[in-house]
Amino acid sequence: MDAAHTHSHDHGHDDHGHKPSGIMRWVKSTNHKDIGTMYLWFSFCMFLVGGVMALIIRSELFQPGLQIVRPDFFNSMTTYHGLIMVFGAIMPAFVGFANWLIPMQIGAPDMAFPRMNNLSFWLLPPAALLLIAAQFMPGGGAGVGWTMYAPLSTQAGPAMDLTIFAVHTLGISSIMGSINIITTILNMRAPGLTLMKMPLFCWTWLITAYLLVAVMPVLAGAVTMTLTDRHFGTHFFNAAGGGDPVLYQHIFWFFGHPEVYIIAIPAFGVVSQVIPAFSRKPLFGYASMVYATASIAILSFMVWAHHMYTSGMPVEAQLYFMYATALIAVPTGVKVFNWVATMWKGSLSFETPMLFSLGFLFLFTLGGFTGLVLSITPVDVQLHDTYYVVAHFHYVMVAGALFSAFAGIYFWLPKWTGKMYNETLGKWHFWLSLVFFNVTFFVQHFLGLAGMPRRIPDYSLQFAEFNMISSIGAFGFGLSQLLFLYIVIKCITSGEKAPDKPWDGADSLEWTHLPTPAPWHSFETPPVIK
Amino acid sequence: MSIKGIKRWAAAGALFFWSFAAWAEYKLNLQTPHTLLGEKIYDLHTIITAICFVIFIGVFGFMFYAVFKHRKSVGHKAAQFHENTAVEVAWTLIPFVILIAMAVPATGTLVTMRDTSEADLTIKATGYQWKWGYDYLKGEGAGISFYSTLSTPRAQIEGTDVAGRNANPNYLLETDNHVVVPVGKKIRILTTAADVIHAWYVPALAVKQDAVPGFIRDTWFKAEKPGIYRGQCAELCGKDHGFMPIVVEVMEPAAYTAWVGSQQKKIAAAKVDPNKSWTLDELKAHGEKVYAQNCVACHQATGMGVPGSFPALSGSKVVDGPKADQIKLLLAGKQGTAMASFKHLSDADLAGVITFTRNNWSNKTGEAVAPAEIKAARN
Repeated sequence: MDAAHTHSHDHGHDDHGHKPSGIMRWVKSTNHKDIGTMYLWFSFCMFLVGGVMALIIRSELFQPGLQIVRPDFFNSMTTYHGLIMVFGAIMPAFVGFANWLIPMQIGAPDMAFPRMNNLSFWLLPPAALLLIAAQFMPGGGAGVGWTMYAPLSTQAGPAMDLTIFAVHTLGISSIMGSINIITTILNMRAPGLTLMKMPLFCWTWLITAYLLVAVMPVLAGAVTMTLTDRHFGTHFFNAAGGGDPVLYQHIFWFFGHPEVYIIAIPAFGVVSQVIPAFSRKPLFGYASMVYATASIAILSFMVWAHHMYTSGMPVEAQLYFMYATALIAVPTGVKVFNWVATMWKGSLSFETPMLFSLGFLFLFTLGGFTGLVLSITPVDVQLHDTYYVVAHFHYVMVAGALFSAFAGIYFWLPKWTGKMYNETLGKWHFWLSLVFFNVTFFVQHFLGLAGMPRRIPDYSLQFAEFNMISSIGAFGFGLSQLLFLYIVIKCITSGEKAPDKPWDGADSLEWTHLPTPAPWHSFETPPVIK
Repeated sequence: MSIKGIKRWAAAGALFFWSFAAWAEYKLNLQTPHTLLGEKIYDLHTIITAICFVIFIGVFGFMFYAVFKHRKSVGHKAAQFHENTAVEVAWTLIPFVILIAMAVPATGTLVTMRDTSEADLTIKATGYQWKWGYDYLKGEGAGISFYSTLSTPRAQIEGTDVAGRNANPNYLLETDNHVVVPVGKKIRILTTAADVIHAWYVPALAVKQDAVPGFIRDTWFKAEKPGIYRGQCAELCGKDHGFMPIVVEVMEPAAYTAWVGSQQKKIAAAKVDPNKSWTLDELKAHGEKVYAQNCVACHQATGMGVPGSFPALSGSKVVDGPKADQIKLLLAGKQGTAMASFKHLSDADLAGVITFTRNNWSNKTGEAVAPAEIKAARN
């Protein structure tokens, strides 16, 4: 512990005099704040790219018939929309939060491995370029779905190879980022800041980082097997050669289900900072929140095959996965109850971060309930691969993770920039996002119940009305995010000066021990926590 | 609450329920089930959704109460309590008990759902890019075998016949051949696929089962009343995933028997004498039909394929080259591409379609490929 402290401390001093300027400041940056900023801007760019793809999908689905795109291009859009949003937008956004906040919240000067931090960021743009370049390969993007199921993926064109390489690169980036986060949290906490005194955001990231280290190599294995099946004559997923296409699904979802929580758990962390701050009241059950988060993470390794109820499995296996999946509702319920109990008898105010957190709480829970419905195997067999599932995971991913990211950005923007965002515009952003999100996705539950399969470019007439409503909502939601960009830029360029502690109830170290805006090196000398 | 307040709430409630009535013509729930198992699943979904709804109202009742009553702007002072073991144990155990209550009916339904034994009729459904093939394996009608492709005209899909589309209640949910089954009998469906994974999904019969290439999966249904039930492929299977519907026609037993008879007659009539000698024009005409059913989705009616995805046949080196190579390609498929093996087609079908491609578009080989050559190449 001591050695680590001395080392990082010295390192901080080294960097002082010669901060590169201009573009090199960013290219060569080893500073957790600069790297955090780059992660956040990168993820916003990817959010716009993935968003445009979503709008192409929704334009084609605006009415029955093929109007705008060809079916193979449509499949490519659904595929890369998913990959870019998951790996390019949501995950890097929360790594950006981790970079910015973890050193500040644990009283450290920077991340444990600043140079590796630089590399883990700079692997992202090449990976994003690969995903975009895939669109221009002969035959267009690989229309295989973000899950890249074999044998469709072994059949796809050269775009698939670029996609596989992009997934590898993103995986390496995530693993390095996670190692950095784990080491930082375990070794660089201020004296007296025991694990059970850490802000919940740090706890959620510690758990998430372990999940990432555990499952990213599994995904890498799955796509590597796809690659060797495609080019080197192996038959992992080819029955004719003794393989099994369903093997791919087992491997993918062993990664894929923890991945859901890799996205959701840091979002829980952000909300667990914001709700107490605006309730002016400590988190109701800190310890039970930590245990619930860890339970969710552990359970997430044991439920993967609930994505495969129709793939074919012995009935005993289906029963086990049904029970185990439903069990996740218990720790998730504990979290929701805790957030509500934190608000109970508080002194609530509703600035934008709190609004987004409440939006998260309300809609994420709704997504959790549809998840519970889907955990019941006989019901899932009806709803699997329909729009009900699409609605379910967008409630969890968009109203869950994305809303929580917005909450976090509005919450910490004053600390990061030293300036206040425009509260009125922030509230507009929230209400527009909330309304259009529900217009887009609530109706998709009905489409799925009525039997509309997902990933189809055209549909029968009974689905026409709800698809039209959903498409209108999608455009409203997309345009509302331009308002967000405007708010952030306006805050950076001409926002009012922010006080050191703009939120009454904020109590973690970055608010109580650091000036606003936060200094280049967070803590030159670690604070002592009693 | 004041009288005025109550009135306002009542009005809001009435409006709320009226909005349900107005929406009744839209599908807001699972399709009406037409099997007993489907009814069980329907009820299971209703019960679970209702439980979730009640919990949702309860939890967010608390939240919204706090949002309105415990706000700073009305001067509420924050209490500083936190942690309460009794409460925390309760809100861990109570959901657990509720889950068990949900799991009990779900377990029974699942076990019934997976019991495919003692079927009256067994049909194999094979997924192809992009159509379904059906083989009646066991029970009345065994031996019947046909393909089932989308019958919606391309003009309606492409938008050159919008009026036709708007007047077509079964747009994208209609096929040339229906899967015909008798009412009240347990039908076991075996699923498999020739190329990639597909899924056999008919909502009103409450069945969905993936069709995995190289493996056999099974599911079953027992329709309670005659009628036509429509579904679609539910697993992404490439370009025309959205265009391979499933149509199940449930008939009274007598009508079913008659259908089986007519199918068997058709099979007998369609059985081509293996020794029949074909002229080039006969083969071409037969091949054009085979092409329209099996090849046109990728290689297109123009024979130009889709650049980058599916190669052109017009001017193709293979099609204009030695016939033995083309025969081999059709029988074996091409590993690592969308070109699957077509060895399930008959000798006459393959001979026809090869002859057709070699003498159509810009291809003018003038050669006919006889069914006997296919037969020889198979061995």
